[in-house]
Amino acid sequence: MKIGTPKETFAGENRVGMTPDSAKQLQKLGYECAIETGAGAAAGFSDAVYEAAGVEIIKTPAALWKASDIVAKVRQPDAAELKRLTKGKTLISFFNPAGNEEGMELAKSKGANVIAMEMVPRISRAQKMDALSSMANIAGYRAVIEAGNNFGRFFTGQITAAGKVPPAKVLVVGAGVAGLAAIGTSTSLGAVTYAFDVRPEVAEQVESMGAEFVYLDFEEEQQDGAATGGYASVSSPEFREAQLAKFRELAPEVDIVITTALIPNREAPELWTEDMVAAMKPGSVIVDLAAEKGGNCKLTVADEKIVTENGVTIIGYTDFPSRMAAQSSTLYATNIRHMMSDLTPEKDGQVNHDMEDDVIRGATVTFEGEITFPPPPPKVQAIAAKPKEVVPELTPEEKRAQEVAAFKAQTKSQVTMLAGGGALLLLVGLFAPVSFMQHFIVFALACFVGFQVIWNVAHSLHTPLMAVTNAISSIIILGALMQIGSGSFLVILLAALSVFMAGINIFGGFLVTRRMLAMFQKS
Amino acid sequence: MDYGFTTAAYVVAAVLFILSLGGLSNQESAKRAVWYGIAGMGLAVFATLIGPGSGLWLLSVLLIAGGGIIGTYVAKKVQMTEMPQLVAAMHSLVGLAAVFVGFIAHFEIGNVAAAASTDELGTFAKLIAKKTPAEIAFLRVELYLGIFIGAITFTGSVIAFGKLAGKVTSAATKLPGGHMLNATAAALSFICLIWYFNSGGFLPLFVMTLAALFIGYHLIMGIGGADMPVVVSMLNSYSGWAAAAIGFSLGNDLLIVVGALVGSSGAILSYIMCKAMNRSFVSVILGGFGGTTGPAMEVEGEQIAIDADGVATALDEADSVIIIPGYGMAVAQAQQNVAELTRRLRAKGKDVRFAIHPVAGRLPGHMNVLLAEAKVPYDIVLEMDEINEDFPETDVAIVIGSNDIVNPAAQEDPNSPIAGMPVLECWKAKQVFVSKRGQGTGYSGIENPLFFKENTRMFYGDAKASLDTLLTLIT
Repeated sequence: MKIGTPKETFAGENRVGMTPDSAKQLQKLGYECAIETGAGAAAGFSDAVYEAAGVEIIKTPAALWKASDIVAKVRQPDAAELKRLTKGKTLISFFNPAGNEEGMELAKSKGANVIAMEMVPRISRAQKMDALSSMANIAGYRAVIEAGNNFGRFFTGQITAAGKVPPAKVLVVGAGVAGLAAIGTSTSLGAVTYAFDVRPEVAEQVESMGAEFVYLDFEEEQQDGAATGGYASVSSPEFREAQLAKFRELAPEVDIVITTALIPNREAPELWTEDMVAAMKPGSVIVDLAAEKGGNCKLTVADEKIVTENGVTIIGYTDFPSRMAAQSSTLYATNIRHMMSDLTPEKDGQVNHDMEDDVIRGATVTFEGEITFPPPPPKVQAIAAKPKEVVPELTPEEKRAQEVAAFKAQTKSQVTMLAGGGALLLLVGLFAPVSFMQHFIVFALACFVGFQVIWNVAHSLHTPLMAVTNAISSIIILGALMQIGSGSFLVILLAALSVFMAGINIFGGFLVTRRMLAMFQKS
Repeated sequence: MDYGFTTAAYVVAAVLFILSLGGLSNQESAKRAVWYGIAGMGLAVFATLIGPGSGLWLLSVLLIAGGGIIGTYVAKKVQMTEMPQLVAAMHSLVGLAAVFVGFIAHFEIGNVAAAASTDELGTFAKLIAKKTPAEIAFLRVELYLGIFIGAITFTGSVIAFGKLAGKVTSAATKLPGGHMLNATAAALSFICLIWYFNSGGFLPLFVMTLAALFIGYHLIMGIGGADMPVVVSMLNSYSGWAAAAIGFSLGNDLLIVVGALVGSSGAILSYIMCKAMNRSFVSVILGGFGGTTGPAMEVEGEQIAIDADGVATALDEADSVIIIPGYGMAVAQAQQNVAELTRRLRAKGKDVRFAIHPVAGRLPGHMNVLLAEAKVPYDIVLEMDEINEDFPETDVAIVIGSNDIVNPAAQEDPNSPIAGMPVLECWKAKQVFVSKRGQGTGYSGIENPLFFKENTRMFYGDAKASLDTLLTLIT
C-alpha cells in the first residue's frame, strides 16, 4: 500500500507529516511512500532529499490523494481535502473530532477511516505515538525562547564588573508536557522558576525539573489526575479563588508568565486576570499557550503579540510547533511511523485496522462508514499508581519503646522455650536410663555449639559448607567399623558396604570442598 | 588399645570438626578449615581402627581406600554446575549407610540374646550384653529412629539428585492421595515403632524401612525445582540427625557430636533459604506456593527488546554496573563469559559488582561457587542485604537468567503469590538489561512486571550466546 503526504494547506503551517527518515522506516514496514512536491520545503526537507530516501514525488495534491491508500498529514483537513477521500482510504492527522462534526460526517459519507492523532489514549504503550505530547514539548520550549526574545534582561543572575543582574523569575502555570518542557528550558537558562498545577501529584515532577512548586493554603481532596486520563479537570470555585489569590500575590514579582492550562474539550480557564497583568512590572512577558482555546489570560489575542498600556508583552501565538518545523516534523513523523507500525503488525505493507486494540480504537473517529467518536474508555487504566501510604517517621522515644518491647518479647520467648525444653528434658530423665542421659548431654551441647558456629558461616560459602558437612557426616563409618569385626556374614556384608560408601563420601566431600575453596580469590 | 585412648582421640576429632565448620566464616580461614576437618576425620577413623572392638581392619582399610578412589575421581571430575547433584548424591550414601548400620545394631541385639556366653561376642555386643532391659528398649527406639531418618534421607536424596541432574522431571508431581499417603506411611511407621518396641522382631523394622523409603521418595517428588535449595539443606540436616541417632544406639559420643553439628548446620541453612523466599518451612515441604488472596496486578506496558549493540553502548557509558546471576546462567554455562565481561569492564575502570540472592540457583551459595570457578574475585560478589541500597546509584543492572528474585511484584502487589519475599531491587537502577531466553514466566509462573518497566530492556537469547556477541563488541 502507498502512504502519501500532501503539502499542508493551512496558511503559515510549516510542518510536514513525513520526513525522509520516517519514510525509510515506513518502507521497512512494507509501504511505498509518496509526497506532494514541495511539501517539506518549509520544514527544510527538499524534494531531492525525499527522492534520495526512495519517496515518489507527486506534482499535484489531487494526484497525491488519488494515488495514496493512506494519507498522513499534520493539520486538521479542510473540506476540500476531505472530499478527496474515497472508500477504504485511511487518513491520519490531527482532526479535532470534538469540534469538527461536519468533518466527521463528511469522512463518514465518503467511507474513509480517519485516525485522529489527538485521540491517542494516554497510556504507557501509546506514548511513542502521542503527537500531542511531542508537539506540546516543542511548544513549551519555544514559549520560553519567545519570551526571552521579548524580555529585555538576562534569564540568569550575574554579578559583573558592570553591576549586578538579578535572575529572571518565571512562573509556569500548568505542569503538563508543555509546562514541564517550559520549566526545563527556563531553569537551564538560569531563571528562578516557579510552577503551579491543580494536580498536586505533579509537584514531584516539577521539583525534579528544578522548579519550585507553588502550594496553595487550601485543604481539599483533589481529584487524582489518573482518574481523568492524566489531564486536569475543572476545579471547585473555592479552589479557584485560592489559586487566583496566590497568583495575585506572585504577579508583581514575576517577570515571565507562561500559561499552559487546558482542560480537554473546554474553553481555556481564565487564570491570569486583567488586574494581575496590571500589577506586573513593565517589560514583563506573558506567553499564553492556551491562546487557541481562548487563552488563560483574557487580554490574549490569538496569533498576535500585543503590548499592554503598562508595558507588558502578551504573546498569543498558536503555531509554536510550526515555528520549529524541522524539529516538530521529525517528531510528528516518528509518531506517525509508530502508529503505522502498530497498524501493521505483520510488517507486510497491509493495514490491519484492529478495533479491539485500545490505542487504535481510541484514535479512530470514523471507521467503515460509521462515526466511532467518542471512543469507549480504554480497557487498561492506571497511568500513575495510587500514591503509597507513607509510613510515618518514628520519633526517638517511639523507637526506643519499640526496642524495649522487642527485647522484652525476646526475653519472654527465650524464657518460655527454656522452661518448656527444661520440663521436657526432666520428663525424659524420669524414664530414660542413665547411660542415655549422659549421651543426651553431649548431644544437646553439640547442637548448641553447631547453631552458634553455623550462624557465622559466610553466605557465599554455603555450598562448601554443605560439601564439608557432607564429608564429616560420613562419621557414620565409625559405627560400621566398630561392628564389622563381629557377628555373622550378613553383619559383615552390611558393615562392609557402609564402610565403602562412607569412604566415597569422605574423600569426595573433602576434595570437592578443597577444590571449591581454592577457586575463591580476592581481587 | 583401650577406651581411654579412643575417647581422647574422639575429643580431639570433635574439636577439630567444630573448628572446621567455624572456619568457614570467611574465604581465607576456610582453606585452613578443610584441613582441620580432614585431620579430624583421619584421627577418628584411625582411633576406631586400632581401638577396642574393631576387627578385619585390613578389609576395612581396603574398603576405605576403594571408596576413596571413587570419591577422589568424582571430586576431580565434577563440573561446578553439577555441584547440587553431587551433594544430593552424597547425602543418599550417608542415608543408606545409616540404614545399614542401624540394621547391624538390630542383628547384634539378636545375637546377644542368642549367645550362651559373652566371651565370643564383639565389643559392641559385649556392650549390649551389659545393658539392662530398659536400656535395650531405649536402644531399640534410637536405632529405629536412625533407620527411619536414614531411609528418608536415602530415597529423598536420590530423587533430589534425579531432579537436579534432569533425570527426573523437576516439576512438582504427587501420586493420587497427595500428603495423605505420606501421613499414612508416617502413621504406619509409628505403629511399627510400638510393635518393635514390644517384640524386637525384624518384621516391623523392615516394614517401617519400606514406609520411610516411600516417604522420602514421595515427599521430594512433590517439591519443584526452585525449592531445591531448601530440600538439599533439609536432607543435609537429616543425614546429620540420622548419624546422631545411630550414635545414641552405639553409645558413641563422636557420632552424636558430629551428627548434631551437621544436623543443626542443615537446619540453619534451610531456615535461611526459607526466609529468603518469605515462606514457611512447612509450606515449602508440603509443596506449591501459598494461595493468592486476589487477582494479580495488571501489568502495564510492553517488553522492549534490545540488541547487543545497544547493551554495549550503555555499558560503555556506565560507571557502575551490577550483575544479577540466576539459575539461567548455570544452565547456559555462561559464568565464564560473565567473568570475561566483568574483567573487561573492570579494565576500563568501571565499578562492576555482583548481587546474589540467597536462593539464586539450586543450592545454597550456588552462584558464588560458579563465579569463583570463573575467577570472579569474591570481594565484588555481594549478598542481597549488602547491595540492595546501592541500586538507585547504579547506572546499569544486568539480570542474567534470574526471574522471581528480581520480581518487583513481591513488593508492589500484595496479591502476588510471592508478596513479601525479599527481592533484589534492580529496577531502581537507571537502566536494566534482562538476558532471557524468551518471554515466558519464571519457575513460579508469575508475570514479572520488571520486564515491562520503562527502564528495562530485554536482551533475548541464550545467555551464553548473547554474552558471546556482546563480548565481541566490548574490547
